[in-house]
Amino acid sequence: MNDLMSVVDWSRAQFALTAMYHWLFVPLTLGLSVIVAVMETIYYRTHSERWLAITKFWMRLFGINFAIGVATGIILEFEFGSNWSNYSWFVGDIFGAPLAIEGLLAFFMESTFVAVMFFGWKKVSPKFHLAATWLTAIGASISALWILIANAWMQYPVGMEFDPAQMRNVMDNFREVALSPVAMHKFCHAVFSGWALAGVFVVGVSCWFIMKRRNIEMALRSIKVGGIIGLAGMLLTLWSGDGSALDVARVQPMKLAAMEGLYQGKCGQEIVAAGILNPDKTPENDEDPYLFDISIPKGLSFLATHDFNAFVPGINDLIDGIELTPEGDTIRTESYAERIAIGKKAHAALRDYDAARAVGDSLGMAAAQKELKANYRYFGYGYLDSPYAAVPPVALTFYSFHTMVILGGYLLLFFLAVLWMVYRKQSLLGRRWIQILGMLTIPIVYVCSQAGWVTAEVGRQPWIIQDLMPVQTAISAISAGTVMLTFWLFALVFTAFLAAEVCIMLRQISKGSKSDYQSLKD
Amino acid sequence: MAMSIEFLQQYWWLVIALLGGMLVFLLFVQGGQSMLLSHRPDIEQSMMVNALGRKWELTFTTLVVFGGAFFASFPLFYSTSFGGAYWLWMLILFSFILQAVSYEFRSKPGNIFGTRTYDTFLFINGCVGCVLLGVAVAMMFFGGEFTVTMGSILDGNSPVISRWAPTRGLEAIVNWRNLVLGFTVLFLARTTASLYFISMIGHDAKFVAGQRRSVAVNGAIFTVFFLLFVALLLTAKGVEVKDGVMQWVDYKYLHNLLSQSWIAVVLLLGVVGVLYGIIKTILCKTYSRGIRWTGAGTVFTVMALFFLAGYGNTAYYPSTLDVNSSLTIANSSSSEFTLKVMSIVSLITPVVIAYIAYVWHSMDRKQITPQEMRSDSHKY
Repeated sequence: MNDLMSVVDWSRAQFALTAMYHWLFVPLTLGLSVIVAVMETIYYRTHSERWLAITKFWMRLFGINFAIGVATGIILEFEFGSNWSNYSWFVGDIFGAPLAIEGLLAFFMESTFVAVMFFGWKKVSPKFHLAATWLTAIGASISALWILIANAWMQYPVGMEFDPAQMRNVMDNFREVALSPVAMHKFCHAVFSGWALAGVFVVGVSCWFIMKRRNIEMALRSIKVGGIIGLAGMLLTLWSGDGSALDVARVQPMKLAAMEGLYQGKCGQEIVAAGILNPDKTPENDEDPYLFDISIPKGLSFLATHDFNAFVPGINDLIDGIELTPEGDTIRTESYAERIAIGKKAHAALRDYDAARAVGDSLGMAAAQKELKANYRYFGYGYLDSPYAAVPPVALTFYSFHTMVILGGYLLLFFLAVLWMVYRKQSLLGRRWIQILGMLTIPIVYVCSQAGWVTAEVGRQPWIIQDLMPVQTAISAISAGTVMLTFWLFALVFTAFLAAEVCIMLRQISKGSKSDYQSLKD
Repeated sequence: MAMSIEFLQQYWWLVIALLGGMLVFLLFVQGGQSMLLSHRPDIEQSMMVNALGRKWELTFTTLVVFGGAFFASFPLFYSTSFGGAYWLWMLILFSFILQAVSYEFRSKPGNIFGTRTYDTFLFINGCVGCVLLGVAVAMMFFGGEFTVTMGSILDGNSPVISRWAPTRGLEAIVNWRNLVLGFTVLFLARTTASLYFISMIGHDAKFVAGQRRSVAVNGAIFTVFFLLFVALLLTAKGVEVKDGVMQWVDYKYLHNLLSQSWIAVVLLLGVVGVLYGIIKTILCKTYSRGIRWTGAGTVFTVMALFFLAGYGNTAYYPSTLDVNSSLTIANSSSSEFTLKVMSIVSLITPVVIAYIAYVWHSMDRKQITPQEMRSDSHKY
């Protein structure tokens, strides 16, 4: 069992490492592709050589970032098979489809038109080139759509039933899988946050141009495009974040409770704006959850249900079986101890089915299948030893959620201020501290973006598929040492390439700032 | 035939075969990369890299879609092979990570490791990628050391259903029969790469003549390996499913070829296409379109091999440890509903192929020139 947990931990670490590296590059691809497409559209309409130069400059940075995003992406897809082989069979019938559709609809579009975007300036017409640039951006977003449909399904499994003969889940409603509200909110949240990240990137790099007093007009034009798209992205991220919060409260209430460090809920529950968790607090003791906190009255109730007075269950409430209905009503449902018992009944029924099938006992099979169906909703709990095993790591979820929210608020103010300055008070952009703040916001937006994914993925532990499969049953039959070795190999390679990318980016930015922009016709 | 589960399974094996064929054809990028460590003038090296670099993402994408389609249509293969032959797939993936950044980074200032390092990465991907992908496909004929026990999923202490030998795929890499196909793929890729260079870099007669020699040499080595592989295949045992029982059968693939003569026709068309492109390029000093014949022939040949592996009540992934664990297109596929949904989505494939062909034609209408390499435009 210890070796099993060790393999699980290393497999999770490897997947987290790959996903976090991947998410360093993907949001910039998602946002910068749109920014570049808008810039090229302006060039196409104005025929201004300066806009062409601006487009090509940002396109070059896009290209450097794009390649390493592709590299990390392939690993993620294949890791489902290599490190999570049980998962691949248990739900591959449902989960594989979005991945295949992503490849067919999005990857080919991206990879085909990105070549035109980079190399087609003198080989195809300007109109075709512009179309290729937009199609690359659209392809990137379609790719995000399908992978997020797949991810959302893990958090909110719908549109399927369990087939005991094959011991796996099979899809029975594609529309429910593809149009799941959780998926739509996740898609919007991820893609629009990419716009915001790319907006900050463009503004930050442009601030450096201004600081160095090089190609200032180019920088100001870039700030206008990056700032507008960034602000639009930020507002849409907030809107979709609100939708995601409602989803989490409805389908993953334990994650919401962990995000807030909330153990005992109440009606009109306050939200913690900032705080420090008490490290001694566990669901099993009566310690105060916080060492320090600043709260907004009734905030969590509103966030979770859009009703200031609604009840929000805490970790202990959920363990005891107190939840919200999809309509926001408080109900008493099965406690986690009862769910574990129900899950074990489902396991027993599946064993009975298998035994009956082996001897061709159709009556036995039917009876076992009926029993299994009645108890399948908590199948995953059957693998847990204790109700507390269904509680995610509270501290990591809490701090990553609050980091995301606080930094997200800062980014909204940042974009509003940047746009006010560039349109109304350009002299302020000449101030050194503002330029430095613009540049420092680049690492800030990356921290915010990563924190969002940590919240989403750590907060749903121990489930790889909500309520149906905990992570320890999803793995491959490989040794911990084997996974540890590939983990360090990945870490080494990704880090080396990240360092190379940063250095190349810096050189290209420097080169762009010294380009002969001023002599170009407008 | 109605859209029965059997029809859908066969259709999806056809899709996998098509993607496999396209992938092996597009490995000309890797074949070209395997030539990059030879000493040659910088401008020539630059043109070769840029000719390949405009296609690398297509190869990469086809590999990803090949994997995704396998996951969606035959998830038990995905689960068993990737989770079991861990080191084989990890080495393939590592080689492709090296490739993905190398084109973009190699000639950029500030790339830390220097152009030669990235060219070495491309070389590694070129050789290792081709050989190991060949090894992975060869296992579809010569088998792997795995077992599948569905009931294990209820064992809380050891819940994994697919288990592999402790060597985790390394045993497949050192199996000489698998390596024969691996080297067949490598030398085919090197041959098609030279054919591609002839079609894309025609400014220098000396360079083109060198590439024609490369077609002759690599084409000859490829032919020897290919004939050896065909001989091994047609004399090999395979797993047959008869009345629901799996059993090893001598000369299974020879039987498959004889009993399904249409596969023999596809194979023959493919082989003729491959050889026609190679031989005409060697003999006709002005001919530059051999890539079309050899490329199309490659797709047909690989598809025929996949058909031999999966059709005719054959296990396409035989288990050498437990014959009953062998994977067939029937016991490893997705459900009828999923295959049906995926089949509807796959109807868009002709559109995808059409726009890829259109863009390919638009971008390759003009050959790559030294002037283009000296200009300030985006280049690798």
